[in-house]
Amino acid sequence: MAAPAAVLQSEWTKIRSVRSTVWTLALAFLVTAALGAVICLVFNNTWSSLSSSDQLTFDATRTSFFGMNLGQLALIVFGVLVISSEYSTGMIRTSLAAVPQRGTFYAAKVAVAGLLALVVGMATSFITFFVGQSLLGSHKAHIGDPGVFRAVFGAGLYMTLLVLLCVGAAAMLRSPMLGLGILMPFFFLISPILSAVPKVKNVARYFPDRAGQKIMEVVPSSDTQTPYGPWTGILIMAVWVAAALVGGYLVLKERDA
Amino acid sequence: MIELQGLTKRYGDKTAVDHLTFTVRPGVVTGFLGPNGAGKSTTMRMVLGLDRPSGGDVRIDGRHYAQLSEPLKYIGALLDAKDVHGGRSAYDHLLCLAQANRIPRRRVDEVLETVGLTAVARKRSKGFSLGMGQRLGIAGALLGDPEILMFDEPVNGLDPEGIRWIRNLMKGLAAQGRTVFVSSHLMSEMALTAEHLIVIGRGRLLADTSMAQFIAQNSRAFVRIRTPQVERMKDVLTAAGHIPVQTGDGSYEVADVEPATIGELAAQHQLVLHELSPQRASLEDAFMRLTADSVEYHAGAVPPGGPALPPGQPPVPAAPGSPYGPPQQSGQPVPPGQPPYAPPQGQQTPPAEGQGQPQWGAQWRNNPRSGKRR
Repeated sequence: MAAPAAVLQSEWTKIRSVRSTVWTLALAFLVTAALGAVICLVFNNTWSSLSSSDQLTFDATRTSFFGMNLGQLALIVFGVLVISSEYSTGMIRTSLAAVPQRGTFYAAKVAVAGLLALVVGMATSFITFFVGQSLLGSHKAHIGDPGVFRAVFGAGLYMTLLVLLCVGAAAMLRSPMLGLGILMPFFFLISPILSAVPKVKNVARYFPDRAGQKIMEVVPSSDTQTPYGPWTGILIMAVWVAAALVGGYLVLKERDA
Repeated sequence: MIELQGLTKRYGDKTAVDHLTFTVRPGVVTGFLGPNGAGKSTTMRMVLGLDRPSGGDVRIDGRHYAQLSEPLKYIGALLDAKDVHGGRSAYDHLLCLAQANRIPRRRVDEVLETVGLTAVARKRSKGFSLGMGQRLGIAGALLGDPEILMFDEPVNGLDPEGIRWIRNLMKGLAAQGRTVFVSSHLMSEMALTAEHLIVIGRGRLLADTSMAQFIAQNSRAFVRIRTPQVERMKDVLTAAGHIPVQTGDGSYEVADVEPATIGELAAQHQLVLHELSPQRASLEDAFMRLTADSVEYHAGAVPPGGPALPPGQPPVPAAPGSPYGPPQQSGQPVPPGQPPYAPPQGQQTPPAEGQGQPQWGAQWRNNPRSGKRR
């Protein structure tokens, strides 16, 4: 067996030495934080025009994470490119010639992408939260309030899991066009739309992103009611991630490079 | 040492590699020769464990590739110079390979120096020329200072300077006692580098021989004679110390003699000659004959006055005194509608008119196969 530490180091070199890593992660951070800040500012300035029921169910934490809907697209690109660029460039053959133990190779890649996503995700979620709250004036939530820390920490987890999901799916699909062409519309359009359709939304709420985003909710609202709680939600997403990663591993193991 | 034992690869009902059994030994450059689509690259991918064999076995120093813990230290390979991430610098590309195999960082600088890429080490390989890309691939193969090296068509698309560099590199590596396994579809190229030769066609082994033996068997200069006065001619030639050899079609071949000498002999003895022609079987001809049955994609017949060389083949400059120079045509003009090179049956025999010549397109019509799979 190749030494896991050596392969991890190699994968770290790979991921830090391509521009797409910096671009996608920086974009995910900027879009999430900036859009969240703008939305918070808007809510603070138009507070008086909100209906009283809206004021009552206002979720300051969730509002600051509004930008994630868009920011997560950059995370999807990051997750997909981490693995599918190996295939699209042909690098996979060079990589597997250096590390023929495909399980080790894959595990190292997933670990490095996941750890990097965790660091960036946590930084993004905490910075986004604090920036957003500072713009909400008197309506802001405190990190010590019940459920708030869980939501902010959970947002970081959500972003990490989303990246891992894309890594697994891209390992199954292999082509970046296919990976981006399926995952971007799914998370940006299909999943949000289906979760608004009556009846269908009973199924759609078990989609990875719907279930995972539950953890960012501090004040439950009537239209996002689910039979599961925040931690169960992130667990449902984790099951999706595990399935995608296992599927990706099987494809990598069985198919010719 | 690379050992193949009945190695087979099938894609659906197409057999790309068909029970290949041979051994690549250390200390010499072993040429791996075959027409395009013969299965050379597929074989090499199976050696590296990239493609899974449908049958048989391939081992490197007795072990499967996947059992090598730090494979770059055993075997360095260049399959396709484009198999790199173009957005990564040459240095980082080599660094990530080195780290995975616990090769010290300074070795990256060393191989960059060896292949002459030090100046562009920090540049992204996307902007590299074909030759620079090839050098980067070779740097990757040399990284682990391996005992076995494998190159797939390393001179493809290189300028003469680059070709000579790679040739000398391969010879130098073999001279150090390493195993060098290099594929090509150009016999002339192999003749200049390889000492041992493995020829495949349609995935099957056609020849496994030393280059010297192959040359001895296939590259002879001789004179062909055709005469109605066979017996007298034979006597005259024998008396003059030449040994005429009868060929299947009634002509005679005499080795190591000038046509002028025989012409003068015949004139002296008032013998009628119907043919007196200098002949030379080039290695390229020999290779063509060997693989003619197994060429994956035949070119159509060349019209009269068409190119004398097979399509796609650059004229190769002959080294002075080299017995295997550019493919020499054997005297006869190419009859209309005939391929410019000899058909498989019988050496140098003019092919029977219109017999067994596949129509243009017959190949793909009969073999509805897809193109080269990646």
